[in-house]
Amino acid sequence: MAGITGKDAILTDYANKLARLDAPKGRSLTQDALRRLVRNKAAVVSIVVVVLIVLVAFIGPYFVPWGYSQVDWSAIRKPPDFDKGHFFGTDQNGRDMLARVLQGTQMSLIVAAVATVVSVAIGVVYGAVAGYFGGRVDAVMMRIVDIMYALPYILFVIILVVMFGRNPVLLFVGIGAIEWLTMARIVRGQTLSLKEKEFVEAARAGGAGPFTIILRHIVPNLTGPVVIYATLTIPEIIIAESFLSYLGLGVQEPQTSLGTLISFGAPVAEVLPWMLLAPAGVLVTLLLCLTYIGDGLRDALDPKDR
Amino acid sequence: MSKVLDVIDLSVTFALHNSEVRAVNNLNFSLEAGETLAVVGESGSGKSQAFLSIMGLLAKNGRTSGRAMMGPIDLVGLETSQLDRVRGKDIAMIFQDPMTSLNPSLKVKTQLSEVLVKHRGFDKDKAVTTAIEMLERVGIPEPAKRANAFPHEMSGGMRQRVMIAMALLCQPKILIADEPTTALDVTVQAQMLELFKSLTEDFGTALVMITHDLGVVAGVADRMMVMYGGRAVETGMVDELFYDPRHPYTLGLLHSTPHIAHRQARLDPIQGLPPSLEHLPKGCSFNPRCAFCFDRCLEERPPLVPVSEASAREKACFYEGPLSYEKVA
Amino acid sequence: MLAYAFRRVLSAIPIALIAVTVCFFILRLAPGGPFDGERALPPNVLANLRAHYNLDQPLVTQYFIYVWRLLHGDLGPSMVIEGFSVSRLIAIGFPFTLTLALTAFVIATAVGLLAGMIAAVNQNKWPDYVLVLGVMVGVIIPNFLMAALLQLWFGVYLKWFPAGGWVNGSWMHLVLPVTVLAWPHAGRISRLMRGSMIEVLGTNYVRTARSKGLGERLVLARHAIKPALIPVVSYLGPGLSYLLTGSLAVEQIFGLPGIGKYFVTAALNRDYGIVLGTTILYMFIILALNLIVDLVYAWLDPKVRYR
Repeated sequence: MAGITGKDAILTDYANKLARLDAPKGRSLTQDALRRLVRNKAAVVSIVVVVLIVLVAFIGPYFVPWGYSQVDWSAIRKPPDFDKGHFFGTDQNGRDMLARVLQGTQMSLIVAAVATVVSVAIGVVYGAVAGYFGGRVDAVMMRIVDIMYALPYILFVIILVVMFGRNPVLLFVGIGAIEWLTMARIVRGQTLSLKEKEFVEAARAGGAGPFTIILRHIVPNLTGPVVIYATLTIPEIIIAESFLSYLGLGVQEPQTSLGTLISFGAPVAEVLPWMLLAPAGVLVTLLLCLTYIGDGLRDALDPKDR
Repeated sequence: MSKVLDVIDLSVTFALHNSEVRAVNNLNFSLEAGETLAVVGESGSGKSQAFLSIMGLLAKNGRTSGRAMMGPIDLVGLETSQLDRVRGKDIAMIFQDPMTSLNPSLKVKTQLSEVLVKHRGFDKDKAVTTAIEMLERVGIPEPAKRANAFPHEMSGGMRQRVMIAMALLCQPKILIADEPTTALDVTVQAQMLELFKSLTEDFGTALVMITHDLGVVAGVADRMMVMYGGRAVETGMVDELFYDPRHPYTLGLLHSTPHIAHRQARLDPIQGLPPSLEHLPKGCSFNPRCAFCFDRCLEERPPLVPVSEASAREKACFYEGPLSYEKVA
Repeated sequence: MLAYAFRRVLSAIPIALIAVTVCFFILRLAPGGPFDGERALPPNVLANLRAHYNLDQPLVTQYFIYVWRLLHGDLGPSMVIEGFSVSRLIAIGFPFTLTLALTAFVIATAVGLLAGMIAAVNQNKWPDYVLVLGVMVGVIIPNFLMAALLQLWFGVYLKWFPAGGWVNGSWMHLVLPVTVLAWPHAGRISRLMRGSMIEVLGTNYVRTARSKGLGERLVLARHAIKPALIPVVSYLGPGLSYLLTGSLAVEQIFGLPGIGKYFVTAALNRDYGIVLGTTILYMFIILALNLIVDLVYAWLDPKVRYR
């Protein structure tokens, strides 16, 4: 599902602009960008909210009276009730919704983080290799990317899940593998311009092999666009994971993720609205904030795009 | 001879983040029917913006004040819909970059014929035929074939000819050409100037040739107006200014153009840089670079006045009498 | 233009072949598949499968038989439900899914283009802000959540539209599903169109068009729209494929009789036959649609025809 939010077109554009700057300039650009980012109120508020959510998700469970799979037989299908400590109510099995939402958030965040790392890793390596070697290698590699761009990745992920079962590692890899395409394109573009620089030539003259050059010289200079695109893909990855979990193909019992919680909450939302609203609220807030942060980062580095 | 355009106190201001910039400052000039007026200046002199504003093509943050009388109509005050009745019909403009000034997704014949359909009420076939005739008139070989092509299938010179044809189709009284030859080869340039001369003669169009190239001025213009820092600093017949410049800037321009017959070891540019429009010098805008400058020039800005009693020539300079280059060097 | 179309169709064939080959080998080599005895299948199903897939033949022959069958529209049998083939599944569900997806696509694209244009022409005024808000909502809320919310609000509380299910020929049942499916797509298209339109409106050739006194309406309609559509059209390919995958969830949630429902059920039951057969079908559809999109692109931007 490359480019779910259509950001990759903008990002590739921006990456091309960056490619015309000198590598040393790139660093002061980042400082300049940070200053501009701080001025963007929406982005700053969003960063605060996200940090809060992360903290609460991971530390919260220690403060909540109920565990996420603990059953309270006296409170089944109950709306939020502060006396008993069920701040978000309970589900049909008597499990505390707040604890479940916290656990679900944790899970969604972990999957997002790992999948992003996977996506970045694959994309950066693929793009750098294609860009560095150029010529036919590049042409073939990029053609593959072009073809895969048009195909529905989710289907492949579903096939993988079908084949290998509901393996958590598979989930990370599968979801991460969704977003590497645009990353590869951006990285390739950057590499194409970077490889003409003097320090690369110097390294080559010094006898460094291609992979050493790629890993030690080119990749470190790619940090800027990579970080931005990684930030922009996190919402897309969270959506992908929730989607899979919603269909029942993602995170499995007794673990939950926000997607699974929503899939349980939706059918009974008429009578037990808190079961849907709690995880939905967290999910939407998270996505909204991450989007603002991503947009803020992009604007900070290329303000003219407004 | 009647005036086709009378510009009175034209000013163009752009609103920036924290400030305002006056790109054109109280410009006054007129244009006679059928004559060719060259408007000369460096980048930033305001020469393009003045005419873009008359045509209603300014950027969104630009404001125009003053009057531009084309007959009884004041072009400056008009609503866009009213302006559309005269643009392309009585007054037309061609632009500097032929590569980007034509729509890449429409065929040439469409872009040509639409002015005839809109302004003269022609039906499509008659419009296309007339357009093809005009293409031939501007010197495009195989005009019928070209008309059916897209702009990117033509060279820069040909595209500029298409633009000229497009502008003249409704036989406007005024044609404004904003550096039409700057983006073209020198040899193509010469052909273009010939084309302009013969077309304006045939159609009786008054031509405003905006340029920074004195060779173009010499090749095509009757009168010229020199602009600096958003104002007109000297106007008059081309011969008068070329042989007897009365403003130091004009003198500098003329002198910095290398002479084809004399060998020169170095070029002689005007010392200094054009002024920043946001921070114009006090008094005459040219005074930091002027060899003829004296105390009054630093305090007062010289108004544009006739050179002598009966003369139609004007200059904006306090220095009296002819200028000679020896004094500068 | 025709030459380009021909070349484009030709270049799509190897891609299709690669896709099919990949699917074939996944089918053969998948662990836990019906061929390596990992699962206890009833012996007659196993025997049928073996016969059907000519497992006694060399791999290459199997491949060619597979491709041959594909060309004849035989996408293979289900591996869980006896006697149920993918082709039958398609006959049942595909027309519906196609209708749903195409309806959503057409509506979303039309709305998106219009909204984007209006926003561009009214930059920074209220239509622009309303649009940005609409886009935000559509793009951020995942489709399954949107479906649940709309179902709740319009289906249960307001009772304007049925919350799900399908009665033959009733368009009321389609309103909510199409809305859920179309909203994010419309949002993205309008954002692209807005940006593209703003850029086009600032070009030199639009300035020339204005200088000819054509009037803003004609300038927009004849000079601005076509070039502005170009970047938007190149998004339509991936956009369509996203719509198709979105229809999976939507069909599930609203209980609609399309392929998606069967696909997800098959996936949960690890029915390779259906999953893979359907995937190939989806891929073909998407390749075909991308082809059409490319042709539209070439019509809009004449320069592309020489590639």
